[in-house]
Amino acid sequence: MSVTPETAPVTAGAGGPLLAVENLRVGFATEDGRVQAVDGVNFELEAGEVLAIVGESGSGKSVTAQTIIGLTRSPNSHIEGSVRLRGEELTTQSEAQLQSVRGSQIAMIFQDPMTSLNPVYTVGRQIVEAIRAHHSQVGRKEAHAQAIELLGAVGIPEPERRVDDYPHEFSGGMRQRAMIAMGLALEPSVLIADEPTTALDVTIQAQILRLIQDLNRGRGLATILITHDLGVVAEVADRVLVMYAGKVVEQGTLDDIFYDPQHPYTWGLLGSLTRLDRPRPHRLPQISGAPPSLLRLPSGCAFRPRCPHEFAECKEVPGLLPRLPEDPNHLDRCQLTPEQKRRLREVEGRIGLEEPA
Amino acid sequence: MLRFVVRRVVGAVAVLFAISVLVFLIFNVVPATNPAQRIAGKNANPQLIENVEKEWGFDKSLPEQYWTQMKLIFTGQVTSYSQAHINIDQRILEGIPATASLCIGAAIIWLSLGILFGYLSAIRAGGLTDRALTVLALVGISMPVFWLASILLYYFTYKIELFPSNGYEPLSHPGRWFSHLILPWITLAVLFVGFYSRVLRSSMLDVMNEDYVRTARAKGLSNRRVMVRHVLRNSLIPIITLFGLDFGAVIGGGAIVTEYLFNIEGVGLFTAEALKQQDFPSIMAVAMFGAFFIVLFNTLVDFAYAYLDPRIRLGTSAA
Repeated sequence: MSVTPETAPVTAGAGGPLLAVENLRVGFATEDGRVQAVDGVNFELEAGEVLAIVGESGSGKSVTAQTIIGLTRSPNSHIEGSVRLRGEELTTQSEAQLQSVRGSQIAMIFQDPMTSLNPVYTVGRQIVEAIRAHHSQVGRKEAHAQAIELLGAVGIPEPERRVDDYPHEFSGGMRQRAMIAMGLALEPSVLIADEPTTALDVTIQAQILRLIQDLNRGRGLATILITHDLGVVAEVADRVLVMYAGKVVEQGTLDDIFYDPQHPYTWGLLGSLTRLDRPRPHRLPQISGAPPSLLRLPSGCAFRPRCPHEFAECKEVPGLLPRLPEDPNHLDRCQLTPEQKRRLREVEGRIGLEEPA
Repeated sequence: MLRFVVRRVVGAVAVLFAISVLVFLIFNVVPATNPAQRIAGKNANPQLIENVEKEWGFDKSLPEQYWTQMKLIFTGQVTSYSQAHINIDQRILEGIPATASLCIGAAIIWLSLGILFGYLSAIRAGGLTDRALTVLALVGISMPVFWLASILLYYFTYKIELFPSNGYEPLSHPGRWFSHLILPWITLAVLFVGFYSRVLRSSMLDVMNEDYVRTARAKGLSNRRVMVRHVLRNSLIPIITLFGLDFGAVIGGGAIVTEYLFNIEGVGLFTAEALKQQDFPSIMAVAMFGAFFIVLFNTLVDFAYAYLDPRIRLGTSAA
């Protein structure tokens, strides 16, 4: 696998990045043929950074995240490319080697805290299990005391009492806190949060995001935040990857994506965000159509069928390139010129995807 | 938890009471003929019929009849007139060691093999082991008990004379006890092994897709630990339900065919005799005996449930 300019990673910091994903491709064999869920994803994550991966359902963001810790390995999956943690390759590691990375160096929390904890064990016991899986010399009592401490650290009141509660005795927000506490148990350097707030109501969402942000700042915990909610991204992310049909279509800093978005798909995502600081549109804009089936991707740009600004060149597969001369770290896959983009993305004074009337 | 236990025990007693009323009605009130005549047997003289009428309280009101009969059954005074005036409760009690030996031994076999095969099948789903076990399970489920018993008897006792032919030896001679029971155990267990391994396999495959299993993997647990502590542990709940029902039913009469075929003098064989003789008091007593075990094991299953799934404890204390 040669590294083409298209896949060239964003400049690495001194001593190499904490986590580097290079040309990651994940395919699944299904009855209807092979589904390329992730098709050439590159990114790097530095210590203390929050990287958001944004996209609709089926864009490959969760598969990317789960592949990092090898959770998508199966006889039906085909994984190519490289995932390196502090320079160490993870994709070629054995299952047993990966087990020592999971939880202890890279922790992951999931979308639905209601179903992500085993209902038959107490919350404390599940945290103890995580600790003792990696540090068998830690006694049960000691691990239990650590669990109490962790639950307290993530803001669960009366942790000494709640540690022996079962998950069903916790509220949704508390369960997600417990999941985070479990993730923190072994002081990992990377936290992957896969839609951590999607199943929670809005006030709890904000609390959980604040908790993730505090941990990120306080402990320098590098975080990959997977979400479809740009509101969540705006709150906490440093950098953003926008994914569509298995590919990254745009990547840049939070400001790049929110104030100078280059890809029409990103415009669509931003346009569907309700904003209180702008005049209220008649109807909340949406991206027309549905994401393409990964079994029958359109030729050329995958977003072409849904894009009102399609033109001749879109029939060719666009590369993920720095297309703005002044910003080499802001990459996108749209062949329109920066001037055209600037003109087309303003709809009624706001960023949107609609065809100008 | 105490509240839960009390609630279940009260429920079980209520169910037993309802069953006793039903049994009473079915045997004594619904049939159009004189119940005393049926109890006294085919060759009874009028004097005997009159005695039975008195003994069973047929000259009194229905509630009094019910009370008299239950007192007879539960104080061990009920006599069979069709089978040489034997004491029925005595016979049932005498049959319990044999029946219990048969059923408990078979249950140990079917639970351990059912869980082992189901587990192996599930963790290698789609593989060769799984397919082989699936075929074996279907064969086990499809084999009629009487056919399997005949085949086992033919090969292992007649052809190669490995095991003694039939009868039951008390536990005071453990070697003889074991060798006499090994074939009956297999006969009784085979169906359940097949059935339980299928149920556990599908239950485990469901649980494997649960989010908490992914969480368990994500925390870096070994594959075996994920499978045993998270997948198997949560998949055992339907197995426990089945076991409670099946074990109660087997003790309470399901082992009739096996006991009959291997000539094991347990409750099942006694029941078979009673049925042949149309010995109503015996059938009634056995029905109560069976109902007692089914209800008892269902109650125990409820307790096991509460232990296995803490959400159930909450469900009842909140109700």
